[in-house]
Amino acid sequence: LAPWIPVVGLEIHAQISSNSKLFSGSQVQFAAPPNSLVSFFDASLPGTLPVLNRRCVEAAVMTGLALNCSINKKSLFDRKHYFYADLPAGYQITQQRVPIAVNGRLSYSLCIDNKMSQMVTKTVRIKQIQLEQDSGKSLHDDTRSQTLVDLNRAGVGLMEVVMEPDMCCGEEAAAAVRELQLILQTLGSSQAVMAEGQLRVDANVSVHHPGEPYGVRTEVKNINSIRFLAKAVDYEIQRQIEELENGGIILNETRAFDSKLGCTVPMRDKEGKQDYRFMPEPNLPPLILYDAKSLPANMNHQQVINIDWIHERLPDLPSVKREKLVEQYGILPEHSFTLLSEDGLAEFFESVVKQTQMKPKKVIGWILNDLLSYLKEHSLTVKESPVSSFLLADLLNLLEKKEISSTAAKQVLAELWKGEGKTPLEIVKEQKLELLQDQKELEQICQAVIDGQENE
Amino acid sequence: AALKDGLRSQVSAALKEGRVTPTELCQRCLALIKSTKFLNAYITVAEETALKQAEESEERYKRGQPLGVLDGIPVAVKDNFNTAGIETTCASNMLKGYISPYNATVVQKLLDQGAVLLGKTNLDEFAMGSGSTDGVFGPVRNPWSYSKQYKEKSVPKSHSEDEESNWVITGGSSGGSAAAVSSFTCFAALGSDTGGSTRNPAAHCGVVGLKPTYGLISRHGLIPLVNSMDVPGILTRCVDDAAVLLGSLAGHDPKDSTTVQDDFTPFELPDLSDVSKLSIGIPKEYHAPGLSSEILALWSKAADLFKNAGAKVVEVSLPHTRYSIVCYHVLCTAEVASNMARFDGLEYGHRSDMKDSTEGMYAATRREGFNDVVRGRILSGNYFLLKQNYEKYFVKAQKVRRLIANDFVKVFRSGVDILLTPTTLSDAAPYTEFIQEDNRTRSAQDDILTQAANMAGLPAINVPTALSERGLPVGLQFIGRSFQEKQLLTVAKWFEKQVQFPVIQLEEVKRHDSGVFQHQKFASFS
Repeated sequence: LAPWIPVVGLEIHAQISSNSKLFSGSQVQFAAPPNSLVSFFDASLPGTLPVLNRRCVEAAVMTGLALNCSINKKSLFDRKHYFYADLPAGYQITQQRVPIAVNGRLSYSLCIDNKMSQMVTKTVRIKQIQLEQDSGKSLHDDTRSQTLVDLNRAGVGLMEVVMEPDMCCGEEAAAAVRELQLILQTLGSSQAVMAEGQLRVDANVSVHHPGEPYGVRTEVKNINSIRFLAKAVDYEIQRQIEELENGGIILNETRAFDSKLGCTVPMRDKEGKQDYRFMPEPNLPPLILYDAKSLPANMNHQQVINIDWIHERLPDLPSVKREKLVEQYGILPEHSFTLLSEDGLAEFFESVVKQTQMKPKKVIGWILNDLLSYLKEHSLTVKESPVSSFLLADLLNLLEKKEISSTAAKQVLAELWKGEGKTPLEIVKEQKLELLQDQKELEQICQAVIDGQENE
Repeated sequence: AALKDGLRSQVSAALKEGRVTPTELCQRCLALIKSTKFLNAYITVAEETALKQAEESEERYKRGQPLGVLDGIPVAVKDNFNTAGIETTCASNMLKGYISPYNATVVQKLLDQGAVLLGKTNLDEFAMGSGSTDGVFGPVRNPWSYSKQYKEKSVPKSHSEDEESNWVITGGSSGGSAAAVSSFTCFAALGSDTGGSTRNPAAHCGVVGLKPTYGLISRHGLIPLVNSMDVPGILTRCVDDAAVLLGSLAGHDPKDSTTVQDDFTPFELPDLSDVSKLSIGIPKEYHAPGLSSEILALWSKAADLFKNAGAKVVEVSLPHTRYSIVCYHVLCTAEVASNMARFDGLEYGHRSDMKDSTEGMYAATRREGFNDVVRGRILSGNYFLLKQNYEKYFVKAQKVRRLIANDFVKVFRSGVDILLTPTTLSDAAPYTEFIQEDNRTRSAQDDILTQAANMAGLPAINVPTALSERGLPVGLQFIGRSFQEKQLLTVAKWFEKQVQFPVIQLEEVKRHDSGVFQHQKFASFS
């Protein structure tokens, strides 16, 4: 049997982190009472007009720069028409002709063979980033034959990030999305929490034999976590291979991932071959961005966006942060990945390092093995840790000064988790865990033990 | 002495001096609206709120603190502008009973300056039409149908025939606003202009109709027909008044991203005495098929008027004029199809009782809510926007639009200041004759002289010129350079002074008149 090459591309919608929506002043907020964050424009009241939100444009520029894209100094807005209950205007404002950023790339890392010891770096090309409106939400109430529509989300700004089909499996897709998520969170352009719908991923999957053209692709939707993304992609690849090997064909269709059953199923009622009748959005002039060179001298600062200005103020991206951690502290690359994958963990680690004489290479073990596993076990975030960096540093100092053994240290840590406010030193004294350094005293104790044994 | 003597502060002066109060003015207008109900110019009369506004205005005058020239002045607004708390219907079943929660920017500006909003005027449904005959509240009748001037000239064909069957249309689509101004029920009215919808009825009703430069006045709150061509239009009885309205409405609106950022300074119109520095262009393509010999003659006479006064009058060419109808058809219907997509019965407006499915409900709602004209344009527009047709039609039309706009650029660059053209092909047609052809045909015919200005975004104005042989108004149009409204209106004002267009002689107005309306001083407010 000839080998199969799976091909995976992704369309990712990231909700922009901003106070108000892309084209109107209503607030952006998760889980607000239904229809409480809806402006006249969001409800498509006749006569209302879109006004572009500056912060959303800045978020898209930041993201484009972080993904090594070319920022289009002139981009355009279009209307994409279709009828659906959660799309009040009957069209979505998007960027179909000329999006704000194009031709970027994202590097991400994978562990080989599930071991954290060997990491390999891959790249996926970013086709484009476009600004567009989010839709509202519709909930189907089949028992009462009705649909409930909540427009709170209608009009929230989205960045659609299109990743070219450079990935080959679920693991790669998951790693790429994870890295994108970290980047967005570092930039602050999106909080990118999948569980709150701030990051939505659709996967385009196809398979083909080497040397042959790409196969028919399917689109997989309804993926609610990064873990499910990997599962969904892998399942779909398998399904397509099996289908083709059994003489079947792959339909160019949209499928939904069923997380309970762990499989993809055809989606009923989704568009099929829809003609969106794209038309330029006549109420929004072309979006013009400037850089240091093209910025006219007497331009009102409030009215323009300077790409170079934004570039200069980009924070360190995760990849840079990781490099710095490895260089500064002599930890392994895999360690730096884990440090950055938990919100606040890297800061915690650095804080401990500052407060202790123990070498960072040793501290890292305590952070990644002891602290992290405890937090995971109790579903706590770093911020919620009952053991502060101060306390941990204190403990590690005792260990470093050889006042306690490492076994004793673990015992103290277990006690510290209880969060009863005791210091490590107090616990050591309480539980009599001090290491005896006095030779003579040790001899006496040993002698006593030997004596005790002889008596039995 | 004529109505349009251009003296400023006539009604305004009277209000300031206490010779008349805002409440009196308002009451007179409301009474006149009632007795001219047969014109069907108004869809909604906001009697209570108008009187309240008049009262508040009166308080301000008593304190000696009027907000400006417009304080206490009764105005009317076309029913496709959003007015908070007052029904906005667009003369469509789709929005019958729709009460908007917000005011259009232009409405807000009028109210902020103390104007008294009498009500919403009738139009063609969703502003689609050139007769104001295709709205759900019925057609608007041209006040001149009942004028002494018209009646004198019309020969009744038989005893049974009377005014009822002889009445003429207002033109459209802002017919209600034009009729309201023409019949003295208000001092100024807002219309909209997409292909001529303010200038056309202005010409037929013998009033001044100004289409400002695209981007000068905010469209926020104007229910759109064609977003890239729509402008709010101004209808008044004299050019000076149009300048006052323009001054109170123009300027950047952050809520409308298509308004220009540049500061706008309101201006007073000078009394032009010397036109020798002026260059008037006469576009030969506007000698369009179907242009009545009467209007042709008037146009010629007007050109001579300028020439004899020392202006330079030259024939110019706008070669792509003949493509503008087709181009407009494609672009207009495409935008209509898009703009009307929001009317699904879900959030506001008419919702059908059909409950089988969402799609079923949408389809029934739209079938019930829209008239044939609207639905026809939606179907056409969707066709042109299909992926396989987009390049052939929409993009092509955009390119042709650019050519049409460039025609004007070239002409203005060659030294011409203002263009002089007819506004309509003939005087107002009798209703029974007008409805012999369908809306699309009529629009295509009637828009030819006005539409290109919308394509190019240029300012244009209808100035009532003379009465036709049938005793009906005929107007001429001036088209100016972008954002050069001051020059445009200055020339228009000079022309207005020269032609001395007669005052309409209406029985109803005479009856209500206790000097307020027929008295020359109060016909205009500025």
